[in-house]
Amino acid sequence: MNLELMKDKLGLGEDKLYGVIGAFSEPDELVSAGRKIREMGYTKLDAMSPFPVHGIDDAIGVPPSKLGWIVIWFSAMGAATALLLIWYVGAVNYRLVIGGKPFFDFSYSIPVTFELTVLFSAFASFLGMWAINGLPRLYHPSFNYSQAHRASDDRFLLVIEAEDPKFDAQRSVEHMRSVGAGDVEVVAG
Amino acid sequence: MSAVLQDPALMEVNPPLVRSEDYHDLTEQISAIVEGDVIKTPTKYWITLAITASVTGLLGLMLAYLVSTGIGVWGNNRPIGWAWDITNFVFWIGIGHAGTLISAILFLFRQKWRTSINRSAEAMTLFAVMCAGIFPLFHTGRPWRAYWLFPIPNFDLNLWQNFRSPLIWDVFAVSTYFTVSLLFWFTGLVPDLATLRDRATSKVKQVVFGLLSLGWRGSARHWSNYEKAYLILAAISTPLVLSVHSIVSFDFATSVIPGWHTTIFPPYFVAGAIFSGFACVMTLLLIARWTLNLQNLITMKHLENMNKIILVTGSVVSYAYACEFFIAWYSGNIYERFTFLNRAFGPYWWAAWSMYTCNLFIPQLYWFKSMRNNLWVMFIISITTNIGMWFERFVIIATSLTRDFLPSSWGYFHPTYVDMCTFAGTIGLFLTLFLLFARFLPMIAISEVKGVLAVQKHTFTSEEMAAK
Repeated sequence: MNLELMKDKLGLGEDKLYGVIGAFSEPDELVSAGRKIREMGYTKLDAMSPFPVHGIDDAIGVPPSKLGWIVIWFSAMGAATALLLIWYVGAVNYRLVIGGKPFFDFSYSIPVTFELTVLFSAFASFLGMWAINGLPRLYHPSFNYSQAHRASDDRFLLVIEAEDPKFDAQRSVEHMRSVGAGDVEVVAG
Repeated sequence: MSAVLQDPALMEVNPPLVRSEDYHDLTEQISAIVEGDVIKTPTKYWITLAITASVTGLLGLMLAYLVSTGIGVWGNNRPIGWAWDITNFVFWIGIGHAGTLISAILFLFRQKWRTSINRSAEAMTLFAVMCAGIFPLFHTGRPWRAYWLFPIPNFDLNLWQNFRSPLIWDVFAVSTYFTVSLLFWFTGLVPDLATLRDRATSKVKQVVFGLLSLGWRGSARHWSNYEKAYLILAAISTPLVLSVHSIVSFDFATSVIPGWHTTIFPPYFVAGAIFSGFACVMTLLLIARWTLNLQNLITMKHLENMNKIILVTGSVVSYAYACEFFIAWYSGNIYERFTFLNRAFGPYWWAAWSMYTCNLFIPQLYWFKSMRNNLWVMFIISITTNIGMWFERFVIIATSLTRDFLPSSWGYFHPTYVDMCTFAGTIGLFLTLFLLFARFLPMIAISEVKGVLAVQKHTFTSEEMAAK
């Protein structure tokens, strides 16, 4: 990560355009507007909503989450860690006859193996989710939008990002208004 | 993944689950509790908190006395080496199970009504597991050596844990359970913390909620991963919660003591855990609903559904009691037969019959709709259920240990005042933590309830359109 990008993420960088944001008051409106904007040829879109909106991923082209793949590897690692640990402790490093039971056996390893599998999967899904999302992050240009605080309350925001090849501040504002968005603003950040 | 949270076809909202006009109104209703001026918090809240905090102080005193003097200050002695401490441990762990059931299992079954109660139930899980952990931790006598329970390489002792023992399975089960519950709870909390951050008026709140909400901005990409993570956490918590109480029951079931050495223990313990946990959620919610005026968000529909679950799990527990008695007779084993007759008619008859009354008979009232909808009835049953479930664990432990194979080594357990005050102290700790949570964090999942409201609105408009 270079210094420029780091400054940018902390909100200390040069001011530049983030995009055009418009607000809707119902999730259905957001989805249909998102679909229309995407049909106009925009590719770099985002939406912000107080709760997950059904159908938005499809409408603005959010790829399916890859989190499941991360978690499955970690859960396998959890199981392997537990089995290795129990085997090493019981059959290699500290061989002790207790109740005539074998030094290592799968049957009595099940509980601990299961628990460690769950533990590793939980950490993988928790930390993995934040990592994929690029969070925690103290600053984001979208916070400069005058209605940003309502995205966690009762407004559903649609964003056309400035990185979009088709982006043009004035035209995008008009496009955003044409699909019924209110409080349309060009946001810098 | 959005489909999981709000597919209209999967949900019948009749009567409506939440009574609210719009999203903003919901935000206001829930945030108002958290944002209210600390000085303006009702005096009854501070008085209650002062009482529970004092009882927590008693817990501190008792534990300090125990550590400085020795385990002998508890009534545990031969033949009953496990007494109130393990009873209380199983009791508290069991209470925690309802929280995970509500947040994970009901989520997978797409039960929308869980959204109003899952946050507080999950918090209850965390606090209950903390209370549970205190007992085995201090029963070790030297809690500062507790890290010996974990497989950390130790070069001074050159010792390892015995993975053939159910006690080490318990260490893994309970610590995993606490950690996963905490991660699950915090994940659910982040979008609501962002709501509070966006509404914060003072600098302190802005900074605190700003840091805790991790920069959450509700982006569609984030929600997509978030819902995936939530689904995975729910999917792994479901077998986890079943495993935890199964493993707790292994502590007993893998021994050779009559009354413990049975294969029915894991499902029996899990059902009992959910039974007592739901009752505890009910007690807390009824109090919160009344003191914080949450009638619009926690409706009679929620309460009735919970009562139905209490009836089901109570009946499963009753079946397990009957089954145990039958098998004790059918096995032909004289020790097993004696143990069960001794339970019902021996020196602990009073504990056994309290347990049968509270767990077997009283919840059967819930077959009647009028009983399921009566606030006083449900409040009383929620309390009696927990009394009954505490007695269940005590009966299992005390009757089997005080009278096993050899009559010459029989005994009777007398708790000391330290036993009693320590248990009371954990109740104080539990209530103190819950009161603090209810006041300073959103106790209803704002974003999830909004999702339910969106579907509710959607369903009604399409119905209206069909009518036209």
